[in-house]
Amino acid sequence: MTTQNKLYIFSFLTVVFLNSCSKTIQEDNLTYPTLNPTRLDTNASDWNFILLTNAGDINCPAPMDINSNLYSIEIKKIKDIQSNLSSSDQNLINYWGSGSILRWNEIMRELVAKNNLPPYQNPDGSYPIPNSNNPFAYPTFPFATPPYAARAYAYLSASQYDALIVAYHYKKIYRKKFPFETDTQVRSTFKNNYISSFPSEDAVIAGVSLEIMKLLFPADIEKINAKVLEHKKARMSGGSCTESDWEASMQLGKDVATRFVSRAKTDGAGTAGGNASLWKSLEQTAVSRGETPWISQESPTRPPMLPLFGKVQPFLFPTSAIAANLRPSPPPSVYSDQFKKELEEILQFSDNLTREQERIANFWADGIRTYTPPGHWNYIASNDYVKMNLSEPRWSRNLALLNMALMDAAIVAWDTKYYYFNPRPMQMDTRIKTCLGLPNFPAFISGHSTFSGAAAQILGYLNPAKKEDYNAMAKEASDSRLYGCIHYRSDCEVGLVVGKKIGNYAIERAKTDGAE
Amino acid sequence: MKNKSVLTKLSFIGLLFILCSSIDAQTEFDGLFMSKNSFCIGTTAEISSFNRYWESEFNRDNANLGTVQYKALSVMGNYGLSDRLNVIFSVPYIHSQTSAGNLAGQNGIQDASLWIKFQALDKKFLNGNLQIIGFGGFSFPASNYNADFMPLSIGRGSNNISARLLLDYEENNWYLTVSGAYIYRSNITLDRNTYYTDRMIYSNQVEIPNQYHYNTRFGYRNDQFIADIYHEYTNTLGGFDIPKNGMPFPSNEMDFQRLGFYAKIETPISGLSFLVNGYTVFRGKNMGQLSGMQFGAFYIFGSSYN
Repeated sequence: MTTQNKLYIFSFLTVVFLNSCSKTIQEDNLTYPTLNPTRLDTNASDWNFILLTNAGDINCPAPMDINSNLYSIEIKKIKDIQSNLSSSDQNLINYWGSGSILRWNEIMRELVAKNNLPPYQNPDGSYPIPNSNNPFAYPTFPFATPPYAARAYAYLSASQYDALIVAYHYKKIYRKKFPFETDTQVRSTFKNNYISSFPSEDAVIAGVSLEIMKLLFPADIEKINAKVLEHKKARMSGGSCTESDWEASMQLGKDVATRFVSRAKTDGAGTAGGNASLWKSLEQTAVSRGETPWISQESPTRPPMLPLFGKVQPFLFPTSAIAANLRPSPPPSVYSDQFKKELEEILQFSDNLTREQERIANFWADGIRTYTPPGHWNYIASNDYVKMNLSEPRWSRNLALLNMALMDAAIVAWDTKYYYFNPRPMQMDTRIKTCLGLPNFPAFISGHSTFSGAAAQILGYLNPAKKEDYNAMAKEASDSRLYGCIHYRSDCEVGLVVGKKIGNYAIERAKTDGAE
Repeated sequence: MKNKSVLTKLSFIGLLFILCSSIDAQTEFDGLFMSKNSFCIGTTAEISSFNRYWESEFNRDNANLGTVQYKALSVMGNYGLSDRLNVIFSVPYIHSQTSAGNLAGQNGIQDASLWIKFQALDKKFLNGNLQIIGFGGFSFPASNYNADFMPLSIGRGSNNISARLLLDYEENNWYLTVSGAYIYRSNITLDRNTYYTDRMIYSNQVEIPNQYHYNTRFGYRNDQFIADIYHEYTNTLGGFDIPKNGMPFPSNEMDFQRLGFYAKIETPISGLSFLVNGYTVFRGKNMGQLSGMQFGAFYIFGSSYN
């Protein structure tokens, strides 16, 4: 064989190789198994509400009688759907079969990541502010910052939890059979059907989630509606719910959501951006204490992120507890030896970062276009709860405890940041550079550390077998901000301690919520 | 030094094999078509920079970056397996930095590459001479750099396999060369375990889209001297757009066209040559509006050109 021929063969084989080379990525969240709870938690109707006071406050008319003609028409519709399942229908059944709380939490994480982008400046160097009354215009509403995200996860999880308690209350009253129980030709493809068919926990979760997401991510309404339809189709194809039951159950979820929407509209988040005179006064307060005030390092100078988020109404403790118990003592003065020592440490990281430290910084960065640190902890928790085979109510309870702790961690961290208004390391030494991105708000205390301390504390309580793992993760997430050169050691260490205190409030609630 | 004109021509062609990674300031190599058992080694230095970039198709500056600059120092070699079959390697060291803001510059050894090139046809055609050359090669990250810190990352992090077909026509020392390449780029691994493209993906693996790469050159060459102007077009086959005020990502759809000039002269010292190469990107998508200059020196051991 001549060299030339060999090369032709080589070229041919190369082309064959390239065409056959699959680049498909295995996405971890698409490998979750079908939810098959080890404990059904049928007593969830007796758990304590977060916001509601009485299940009877939510109206839930009796469902369609299983002996009626209309019901048999609905059953026929399910059988028609089941006889024409496409492979994409089957994928939907599998996807939603992993759990509704899980999937709606994932959808929220995706909405957060999509909307986690700072607005581009105006021609005059000012910045436009996203407007909830005009959400589709640039800059689209919202800019899903970490505090905004923490609050979104909290409202979603807390409202889902309350809605499921109401649903279980009515499940016990109506005791309606599942379609696959009334007609043996209906196949059941879900394993997580318990107590009774109505209200459908899936539809309740879809309804409550839809309303919370509509409020918090109004520009994504089309995507959210599409997910509701997917969910409905999956459940009906799965033989666990008739159409009229789905719609009535969704309405129950929406009614529960109304209570949470009212709270959200008055919790103080809407005015957390502050205004120019407030930004100026924060600076002056720091100066009057004899300290160096934080200055935005962005160009053009960007107003600080959500300076009044510390005033938002917490879920787990009264606002007064922040100043009384939670806000830490001041960070080291910029004139102190301690400060100089801590600044020098960051300069050393800036100059001598190892690849492993850089990897840790990147792993926990959770910056723009991500689900933020609260989203990261939701992902960590969800991966564990998938393995633990929790019931839907317990999923919602655990995530509600986690997310209330994370939202309250955001409130306390932001309160502290703007109370002390201290500078970031690179403001004090311009030789310091970051392998991440510099957050546009004061340093003390580290938001990542506060989030992580709170999350590790409540997650460790809910899943004691992994307590040490969660603490190690929180420590690493906290350290990652040192490696990223955007925080001093005091910010991180104190942030972790404050976070754990907030986590303890969630533990106190967990001990008395009736679910143990 | 028999058939020197043909081989000078071939040596030039080797230079055309640009792995469309110039946005990383990765250096082209001087692929002298070496005679059997002879060896050419060289080094190039390149500086490139941009202060405007395309966010999707929106051309903007960014005061938090100022000017982004890349400096590259490369070592490359070319060994003659036979008179018509050469093996070429290249290893660049890259340093990146910004003139403003607080993002840390990166530096390290980027992607090592190994190529073969083969002269498939060399014959009289019309009033001149026509050649067909084939290239095949691969590259891989030679250090564990972070590809997920664009635009300061020193490379994309993928293993690449590419195949190029090149046609060269010469008449009275004037020449026109056109070539096209397909570049297969492997998935890369991030330091994080989720990311958002136009949707959320729960994996540390990123699918890096493949690319087509086209190059057209027109110039003059003789035994001592080569000079040309060139146009280059890189088309990324898929990927997503940088959102408004977002950060770039390795799997963006990065397309660009650039114009450049290239010259190479033989020195009176036998075997020693110098090159200069300059270019500017004039149209692009999801990438920096990069301009750069490159200088190089090469020396041949052994029997030199065949």
